[in-house]
Amino acid sequence: MSLPLLEQTRTANEDSFVQGVKDCVPTLLGYMSIGFAFGIVGISSDLSILEVALLSILVYAGSAQFIICALLVTSTPASAIIFTTFIVNLRHFLLSLTVAPYLTRYSLPQNIGFGALLTDETFGVAASRIAGQGELHNRWMNGLNITAYLCWIAACTLGAVSGQWISNPEALGLDFALVAMFAALLVLQLQSTPKNKLTHRLSLVLYMIISMIVLSFLLPSHIAVLISTIVVATIGVVTDR
Amino acid sequence: MTISMNMIWLILGCMIVTLLPRIIPFIFVRSVQMPEVVLKWLSYIPVCILTALVTESMLQDTGSLLRFNWHVVIALIPSVITAIWTKSLSLTVIIGVVCMALLRFIM
Repeated sequence: MSLPLLEQTRTANEDSFVQGVKDCVPTLLGYMSIGFAFGIVGISSDLSILEVALLSILVYAGSAQFIICALLVTSTPASAIIFTTFIVNLRHFLLSLTVAPYLTRYSLPQNIGFGALLTDETFGVAASRIAGQGELHNRWMNGLNITAYLCWIAACTLGAVSGQWISNPEALGLDFALVAMFAALLVLQLQSTPKNKLTHRLSLVLYMIISMIVLSFLLPSHIAVLISTIVVATIGVVTDR
Repeated sequence: MTISMNMIWLILGCMIVTLLPRIIPFIFVRSVQMPEVVLKWLSYIPVCILTALVTESMLQDTGSLLRFNWHVVIALIPSVITAIWTKSLSLTVIIGVVCMALLRFIM
């Protein structure tokens, strides 16, 4: 009897809220630097600190927030800004659709909460959890999501407050934190792939790179991301044996 | 600490169009049993979207021209090696940021 019990405590710890918080930590440098940069950009686009804070609390989507600022500066009509935000965030539909099947056993309000706080980064961490363990738990998800959310709000607001003094946060290389993280999450995804499927996955990575480079000549990059992902995932299904 | 009424409506509008694509799959998946082929398709999404995000950062849109952002391309090499070697997210991020700072300092 002692072994199953031991097993149970182990999983309970690994799927705890605190473990979710811990698994979020590597992503925080990325959030903080991009959030901080957003605060500075927001202030220099004539937003108030309150407006920067509200954007990060209610919209909570890095790339969309930057684009909103850029459009506000060129006095784009609100309807066009909202439509652009919608297009930029459409990829979240694919992210949610990928994670949602692993959380259906929890209540509807809980699921809405998981969805509302899903970002590229939390998705990446959750996807490598799925690749490693094959399942997700609500406490772990909440630990991950809430840590990321609070850090984002804090970083954006702090950036806005210090926006008056700092003009060039890029010199420190912090904006690269997110890219390095996405690259690491990709490597972890590939490493958790069974050996006999690795060549197949690597070929998809290659198709993705080619598709992104070609489509980026013709389309805005967020649409290139969407189309490339849909097309190459389909190639993945067709070419899988 | 000011905010205009127009700004509040704009932020709320952006909030709704961001929430919809994030939440709808979570509601939809509960009531629909997805076919095997769709689940298989979804299993390829993480690799595809992560590759897309990395590639996107390597490309630099300078007005009408599209070119590689060589700083990003070069800094990615030690980052990817660190990731393969250590399997650690934190170490990869730290090495990546240090390399990028060095690159911008010397180039």
